[in-house]
Amino acid sequence: MVAMANEAPAVEAGGGPESGLASAVIETTGLCKRYGEHWAVRDLNLTIREGEVFGLLGPNGAGKTTTILMLLGLTEPTSGSARVLGHNPFREPLPVKAAVGYLPENVGFYDDMTGRDNLLYTARLNGLTETDARARIDALLEAVGLAGAADRPVRVYSRGMRQRLGLADVLVKSPRVVILDEPTLGIDPAGTREILSLISRLAREERVTILISSHLLHQVQQICHRVGIFVRGKLIAHGSVDELSQQLAGGAPLVVDVEVGEAGSRARELLERLDGVTAVDGDPQAGRLSVRCARDVRADIARTLVGHGLPLLGLHVHTYGLDDIYHTYFEGGSADGEHVRDAARRLPA
Amino acid sequence: MESTSATRLGAFRRELPAKPGPAGLAAVYRKEIADHYTGLRFLIMAGLVILSGVAAAYVAGQTLSDTLASAGEYDPFVFLRLYSTGSQSLPPFTFFVAVLGPLLGIALGFDAINGERNRGTLSRLVSQPIHRDAIINGKFLAGLAVIATMIAALVLLVGGMGLEIIGVAPTLEEFLRLAAFVGLSIVYVAFWLSLAILCSTLLRQTVASALAALALWLFFSIFAGLLFGLVADAVAPIVDPLDPVQVLRHTAWLNNLNRLSPTLLYEEAVQTLLNPQVRTLGPLLLEQVVGAVPGAPLPLGQSLLLIWPHVTALLALTAVCFAGAYIAFMRQEIRAW
Repeated sequence: MVAMANEAPAVEAGGGPESGLASAVIETTGLCKRYGEHWAVRDLNLTIREGEVFGLLGPNGAGKTTTILMLLGLTEPTSGSARVLGHNPFREPLPVKAAVGYLPENVGFYDDMTGRDNLLYTARLNGLTETDARARIDALLEAVGLAGAADRPVRVYSRGMRQRLGLADVLVKSPRVVILDEPTLGIDPAGTREILSLISRLAREERVTILISSHLLHQVQQICHRVGIFVRGKLIAHGSVDELSQQLAGGAPLVVDVEVGEAGSRARELLERLDGVTAVDGDPQAGRLSVRCARDVRADIARTLVGHGLPLLGLHVHTYGLDDIYHTYFEGGSADGEHVRDAARRLPA
Repeated sequence: MESTSATRLGAFRRELPAKPGPAGLAAVYRKEIADHYTGLRFLIMAGLVILSGVAAAYVAGQTLSDTLASAGEYDPFVFLRLYSTGSQSLPPFTFFVAVLGPLLGIALGFDAINGERNRGTLSRLVSQPIHRDAIINGKFLAGLAVIATMIAALVLLVGGMGLEIIGVAPTLEEFLRLAAFVGLSIVYVAFWLSLAILCSTLLRQTVASALAALALWLFFSIFAGLLFGLVADAVAPIVDPLDPVQVLRHTAWLNNLNRLSPTLLYEEAVQTLLNPQVRTLGPLLLEQVVGAVPGAPLPLGQSLLLIWPHVTALLALTAVCFAGAYIAFMRQEIRAW
């Protein structure tokens, strides 16, 4: 009965974020968490709708895990509020925990117990009856590809197997919301692919709302409907990956990448004098120049270079993607860092 | 392959669990009991306690049956002697329980909380729909159940062996005294269990909490007695051993200091329970024994009355340690230390 009631809106939503009909499953308003003088999370406003896969992306220490702990009621917010499925997680943790599956970062199991017994323990903690639990666990172990290893102690499991067992563990309670903290950390590419495909299958088939936290943008963006970029406790941008890239490109000043082979320095001199060009940087020795301009001057560049008999090997407009945000914020900045920050600031957050 | 497992995954829709909450305590309790009984740690500790206890009682039984046969003297509490007499080669059964019992309690509790934390299972546990205190309560109750079973079984085992060796059945009073002894020992070991759980809540490393609990055990079982003796000597020195006031003052100081130590409390209470001839736990003046029948035993009720403060103190110590662990655990951040 409950299942039917829960599915109805999810079907309407079609699993995607585009539909405005889906109800908000996770909602935070002005959520803050301070540890001493340090703001772990600052003024977080986030809405995640039913059936959505939301990626919370940010470098280590950005406040992702703190946010998750607040959503689960394991940490009290300093100010602001969080609602999960209509409940305040800190005041009413039990209904939230009954419906939310949480896979912590570096998930641990009882090493001396078998994979199956570990899941059975979780099932008992969730009040499942013994027969229900066994049937469900068999199905889940099959689904995550651990049926063969189910009766071996977890001690002998590889990291990838543990992570898959973790996914099964999260699903034991038949959650409506699944929160995964760094699910692909420390797992080889093949294992990562498996886990990601499992997650997106889960979202598709079980119509579960999924929140994934990760600092591995490339891995996670492919399965997320929407992502939020979380830096130093603040959510600086959110939206679908395409939306973010477009908005970013639209807001940034135009940069034209020019390839001129061996004539780097000569071309640089010429282009700097060109009308509409504000600056030329890049690597003249290698023949690669980045031309910043107030308007699209590609035609002028081509004409000038060709007119002076220089080789024009390539000419295209540089677009800013999430990669640039990623590098700027996550990896300590680049030459273009300021641009991207400007652009990111213009994004509707 | 992909498609079959896909259908399996979708086959189970969310039939929400009916009863979250109270299931938690029972589940934690069950799992912890199973862990204890299958764990190597419990097997080693229990083996040690059983082996030494049985050996002590066996030797005591042999000595007793020899003296019984030769002297033919009637001793109404001969069965209790099985537990309380030692020999030149081995201390009595009660000594081993007093010394090794705490080790059992520590072994069952020293990694209760920090072990879960270090394995990374705690965050999984607290995100299940159970009250957070179900975790620590379940662990304590499971430890208590294991301790109770173990001590009761050991005392009964020794009793059975004693029947075989000395051939005298216990009287009802002896049986009741033994039952009280079992109860007292459970409380005593439970104190060490709760102390170990407290250490496991406050200290990050399991090694550190084990060492802290062991250090306290070592202090109370060996050094506390010596230290209290020194303090009593300093505060109330006996300059003239014939001056009764000085001697009394010294004894009073020593007794009261000793009763700060759970180990000495327990030992005193055990002595009273298993030796009905013990009439008082303080110093006794000659005038006070005038008219007393020498060697006449105290009835059980009076013995219990004598040790009632001891039992209360041990229960209070257990409660304080557990309450400390409980509060610390409920307030702790789940993620970081």
